[in-house]
Amino acid sequence: MDNSLFCSLVQLGDDCLVLGQRLCEWCGRAPTIEVDLSLSNLALDMIGQATLLLDYAGEVEGSGRNADRLAFHRDAEQFRNALLVEQPNGDFARTIVRHFLYATYAEALFEQLSHSRDDRLAEIAAKTVKELRYHAEYSADWIVRLGDGTADSRSRILDGLEWHWRFIDDLFHDDESWIDCAERGIVPLRQALRTDFEQAVGAVLAKAGLVMPEKVRGVEGGRGGRHSEHLSMMLAIMQVLPRAHPAATW
Amino acid sequence: MNAANEVGAQIAKALSQVPDPEIPAVSIVELGIVREIGLKDGLSWVSITPTYTGCPATDVIRQNVRVALDQAGLEAVEIRTVLTPPWSTEMITLEGREKLLRYGIAPPEPASGQAACPRCGSRNTMEISRFGSTPCKALWQCIECREPFDRFKCH
Repeated sequence: MDNSLFCSLVQLGDDCLVLGQRLCEWCGRAPTIEVDLSLSNLALDMIGQATLLLDYAGEVEGSGRNADRLAFHRDAEQFRNALLVEQPNGDFARTIVRHFLYATYAEALFEQLSHSRDDRLAEIAAKTVKELRYHAEYSADWIVRLGDGTADSRSRILDGLEWHWRFIDDLFHDDESWIDCAERGIVPLRQALRTDFEQAVGAVLAKAGLVMPEKVRGVEGGRGGRHSEHLSMMLAIMQVLPRAHPAATW
Repeated sequence: MNAANEVGAQIAKALSQVPDPEIPAVSIVELGIVREIGLKDGLSWVSITPTYTGCPATDVIRQNVRVALDQAGLEAVEIRTVLTPPWSTEMITLEGREKLLRYGIAPPEPASGQAACPRCGSRNTMEISRFGSTPCKALWQCIECREPFDRFKCH
């Protein structure tokens, strides 16, 4: 088995899965019906992307696991998502900041992945990046609207930035498997995307009348399976049914 | 017509009668989901491509294609899923676009300007939400006739 490729695909797939599940938590609770539909639509895209990536990871592994098996029958410490995406939703502004940071990162990443030397990953990425453009645009629009809105909406966006900024180092962390895949032309180094990411984020924040957050000491560990307690709680709800009835099909 | 062509024509006919589950006014062929009808070395297959990765209709479409093929006596035809090239709204046929319009959905347009209202044709329209009733549509409203309508997202 190509272990580095398997691990890298799980990292990519877990980001999509965990953020998709987080967004699903908004269903029926968003501030307006239009926002409710939007967040559910974003979630749907991400669950679709996760399915493609984790199914492929299962095939590379070759032990008969598919996306469902990987999603529902792993514990938190076996997840390889970035810490950013497991953060609780908080208020709408905090959710938007989280999505804006992820989508800005992921749009650049998947654009590069669409030129991967691994054909299957390249075609999944080409499909995914088209969806991510919408995500990045949608969340950037809301950053500007809320950041340049009332004193209340502005302070909520600032709170979201302050909360999430410590997880950016983790988001861009290249672990051993990822570096191995990068050396083989399968993935780009995440670190190489960081300058462009910061410029893109800065440009949107400037439009919203906000400045880039100060540099903070980052919290890392997601790619190594060291997660916050929030992930276990989220997985408990996501996995309860398949765990209770492991042989069920639907 | 030789035997292979005949099978191909039968498959094409069966597929042309499968409606999109979420927009039943158009067939999956008109929507550009059917990528290829393949015949080689006694094998035959149909390739379909998803519109969006998470589109819940994809599984339903697969099932409906299976049923349509079986009913046409084409049980041996294999259904394959392909991602390349990624589906785009440019793959919707001209006829598909006209049917969307008649159904009350503004078809996708290359230039992302104001949508034309499918009811009165006015371009004095506004986007209400970029995400509509399905992943492929956005919600718009006509300012002239007040009609709210779905617009196919250019993708």
